[in-house]
Amino acid sequence: MHRRIKKIAVENSDVIIKKWLEEISEKRKNEYTSAISEELFQSTSREFVNVIFTSLDKNGLTPELEHFSERLINLGWPLTYITDGLHSFRRVTIDFILSQSEQIDSEYFSTILNTVDGWVDPIINRLVNEYSGSWEHTVSLQRVALQELSAPLIPVMKNITIMPLVGTIDTERAKLIMENLLEGVIKHNAEVVLIDITGVPVVDTMVAHHIIQAAEAVRLIGSTCILVGIRPEIAQTIVNLGIDLGKFPTKSSLRKGFETALELTDRKIVRSKEKDQVVDQLLNSLDKE
Amino acid sequence: MDFKSCVHIRQEWDIVGARQLGRDKAKELGFGTVDQARIATAISELARNIYLYAGTGKICFETIEDLEHKGLEIIAKDEGPGIRDISQVMEDGYSTSGGLGAGLPGVKRLMDHFDIISTHGEGTEIRTSKWVR
Repeated sequence: MHRRIKKIAVENSDVIIKKWLEEISEKRKNEYTSAISEELFQSTSREFVNVIFTSLDKNGLTPELEHFSERLINLGWPLTYITDGLHSFRRVTIDFILSQSEQIDSEYFSTILNTVDGWVDPIINRLVNEYSGSWEHTVSLQRVALQELSAPLIPVMKNITIMPLVGTIDTERAKLIMENLLEGVIKHNAEVVLIDITGVPVVDTMVAHHIIQAAEAVRLIGSTCILVGIRPEIAQTIVNLGIDLGKFPTKSSLRKGFETALELTDRKIVRSKEKDQVVDQLLNSLDKE
Repeated sequence: MDFKSCVHIRQEWDIVGARQLGRDKAKELGFGTVDQARIATAISELARNIYLYAGTGKICFETIEDLEHKGLEIIAKDEGPGIRDISQVMEDGYSTSGGLGAGLPGVKRLMDHFDIISTHGEGTEIRTSKWVR
């Protein structure tokens, strides 16, 4: 029985393909793929239906199917194209087989349904799996990339390190910030750490709480934490929220914070020209004598 | 009013989504940068409360209008455990989660109007709005 149904489908593949292409082109008019050129759409659809028939012919999933799905994913074709395509294929095939059969009772009908489902469902599952697998892969890659970006610590000078923060701070990131900060302070033997929040879009109570905790932890291991890059609007919201950031020094810009850090480590920036002048003056005065 | 849009809060990153949408709406209505930051912060607090205490809920935005002014109303709604003592959570420094306890009183100060309805065991609805100056 199954074999006979399959035989009908395979022998009349031309008719089925033609009908399927018609249906899918019809659908396309008001659909997602309208940006894709007609030529590419036709050739891809032809390839798609051929892939379906090869896997039908070989009774299972084939390497062709895998290549095809890989290519579609790389080109960024929508998943709905595949699911819609296979659903129409199912409909067209069932219609066709029914029209070829002389006598139809409910048992025969359900056999046809089952058989065609048996062809189409594994392909759908496989392709959907491939698609979601590729998304998951992308997301996990991006997560790793984000994590790498999330809390860098830069030793700019002996005893002075900077942690620039860019973007939203969530719980996971706050934990990383704390860990990196403490580890880095010990590793670089930092006396002063500057946390720069210029790139943090919103400072709410949670973010403030994490920063306060981090600063407190830094204080406990004997270093000073300076919060820099507080934009005027952020300063106002912090005041409105009633958050007390008085336990550690804060500055509007990284430059001012850095100057304070130098002061705290008993250093200052000196213009080298002036130094030369001083030496010149010394030399001049020596000459006079 | 005429448009209303909502963001569902299911995970921590939805807070960012709600904030972004709120900031866009505020910008559209002509709020200045300081008020945009205030609104974004308020949304952040409300959304985080939903995420922390109720688990899931939603944040909705509505434009409001009177004769001379336009404004933005934020509605934070959840079906969480509710708040037992509202006057207590509106006090500065009260927190059940070890936070700063500045969230809700802070939101009240950031915005112009603030209304909270909470039934123990049924959920909480907070409506807060700000007018464009």
